Amino acid sequence: MYVYDEFDRTFLKERVAEFRDQVARRLSGALNEEEFKPLRLMNGVYLQLHAYMLRVCIPYGTLSAPQLRALARVARRYDRGYGHFTTRQNIQFNWIKLAELPDAMAELAEVGIHGIQTSGNCIRNTTTDAWAGAAPDEIEDPRLYAEIIRQWSTLHPEFTYLPRKFKIAITAATHDRAAIRVHDVGLRLHKRDGAIGFEVLVGGGLGRTPYIGKTIREFLPKEDLLSYLEAILRTYNLGGRRDNIYKARIKIQVHEMGAEAFAEKVEAEWRALKDGALRLDDAAFADIASRFAVPDFETLPDRPAGLTGALADPAFARWHANAVAPHKVPGHAIVTLSLKPVGAPPGDCTADQMDAIADLAERYGYGEIRVAHEQNLTFPHVRQKDLPALWKALDAIGVATPNVGLVTDIIACPGLDYCSLANTRSIPIAQRLSERFADHAKAAEIGRLHVNISGCINACGHHHVGHIGILGVEKKDEEFFQITLGGKANSKARIGELIGPAIPESEIADAVERLIETYLALRTSPQETFIAAVDRLGVEPFKERAYAPR
Amino acid sequence: MPLVKSGAVTADPFVPTADDAPLPQGPALISADRLLREGEAPAGRNGALGVVWPNARDVAELAPLLSRLSLIALVFPKFRDGRAFSQARLLRERYGFTGELRATGNVLRDQVLMMARAGFDAFEVEKPADAEAFAAALGSYSVFYQPTGDGRPTAAAIRRAARG
Repeated sequence: MYVYDEFDRTFLKERVAEFRDQVARRLSGALNEEEFKPLRLMNGVYLQLHAYMLRVCIPYGTLSAPQLRALARVARRYDRGYGHFTTRQNIQFNWIKLAELPDAMAELAEVGIHGIQTSGNCIRNTTTDAWAGAAPDEIEDPRLYAEIIRQWSTLHPEFTYLPRKFKIAITAATHDRAAIRVHDVGLRLHKRDGAIGFEVLVGGGLGRTPYIGKTIREFLPKEDLLSYLEAILRTYNLGGRRDNIYKARIKIQVHEMGAEAFAEKVEAEWRALKDGALRLDDAAFADIASRFAVPDFETLPDRPAGLTGALADPAFARWHANAVAPHKVPGHAIVTLSLKPVGAPPGDCTADQMDAIADLAERYGYGEIRVAHEQNLTFPHVRQKDLPALWKALDAIGVATPNVGLVTDIIACPGLDYCSLANTRSIPIAQRLSERFADHAKAAEIGRLHVNISGCINACGHHHVGHIGILGVEKKDEEFFQITLGGKANSKARIGELIGPAIPESEIADAVERLIETYLALRTSPQETFIAAVDRLGVEPFKERAYAPR
Repeated sequence: MPLVKSGAVTADPFVPTADDAPLPQGPALISADRLLREGEAPAGRNGALGVVWPNARDVAELAPLLSRLSLIALVFPKFRDGRAFSQARLLRERYGFTGELRATGNVLRDQVLMMARAGFDAFEVEKPADAEAFAAALGSYSVFYQPTGDGRPTAAAIRRAARG
């Protein structure tokens, strides 16, 4: 965990005071809605279909137990007793009153959390691997760099009124669990001749014009991280389109200029910046690193007797097979808490669950909780010997559904139930699918499969990169859904292919089931995953069978 | 619209001058087109000269003319159009402009601190009430995370100095 010091705390207090004043001026009429909008957005406050929504920033998805309890208090006191975890490792409260927002923010600021830059045309919460600091395949903990970027990007005086929002993601592992290829800037930490640096990608993104990011630099030495980002952002701030909101993301600028020309412009700008005040020296890295409290891991054996014994219980074994992942420290494990119970909206968490999870994190997980972009929570550090007891406790509060990584671990945007942009309701589709595949034995047989649902073309449910993607479209006042196949968000990121005409809501579960039956019939063995089968066969055999005979 | 400089509302000595009008004897504010057309010495005069520079135009074009200019007015056509923030930093930090850098357009108190950090030192404030609240707005933060050319120390620099 990164520990805030007095500067960070003072800054947050000043921010809350500023927003309190802005809300007062809005309520008095001194600010009109057009003026207030970018200000409230920059604090994570949206005006949604039914109410104001507060999106709280969880920097790179890392939470302490007291922070999670503060979120529970806000959910109880200012909302309707629950919150919704998002694909950007944040949490949203959907029913907050404008006049009460400053108080809710002040409570969150007490534990060092806020809504700054969770919205608006600025640099958003930098996201990273939910397994950072725990994954065996990582080169270095990426949160050090995410924190450096967080500080640099917080209220950046030059880049707070960009053409459009700007999202940065970092991975430092062999497996990209941060979807860096579909971000405005993706950073892949790697080593060259023993030195740490980054591959820099720009112009990835989903939305109505999906693009996979282009590499503009193979290796950027780590000391140049901020000057290079500043060069990219300046090139974008000055040259990105502002005439059309749908063409204002950096991906369009990169596409229209061409990645090479864009890279040249960035490099020229960077040459003028690189030896300036943004250069990071060893002391700068050491300072940030010193404020990350690393757990005092116990020396423990792998696969202790208590664990192997418990694995004889098929229910525990099923959960263990998909919710537990290897840890870099012997005797430890990474545990994913499923926020995808059968029949419920993906990513929702009640205040009571949050409190219980905070307690369990303290008892079993060195007090640390992560939000994963798949809308689940993670305990990054759990002693393997505690897994059976933890499982029982998680199951008792409804977050041990054995479906992590399986067909019912669905990513879905809030859709027309909450969102003022949506055309269709995505949550009911997720609920219907999770009920259709409620048999966990069957889901386990199907194996690894990502289903992503977006309620409109803005693609907040990341349907483009779902193995099965579902996109809601409105036709003559009716809700229809398109299906894409073969999308991936990892290091081989790819946009899914549309398999045919949109179908009505009532037929979606059947169509998905037919796709899955096709896969089960055609796979070479249970080891060949759904996405591997799509890679091998292409979408044609699936296309043929997806649609019911008419 | 009130002009705020050095924390106080002041009179604006610069006279906005149309492209086809003769230049006044005193300080004149002209368009970018006229400046570029007439070059080094518009109409052979000695009075102070200012230019209104559009936010879509590269400030590198201005670099050779900076010694002739006392004022550069950058434009925020909309509150949310932030191109002039980058232009200001380039003019100050790369091209070394030391004259008056004025923010014009949809300038509200909620941005003046960021504008000051980017290098602006004069503000044509849209609302009179915002001009009065100007000092408070400039002092609304005491912690800054990123270095710009404004000289305010960053949190990281203070932390390190404190440790010695």
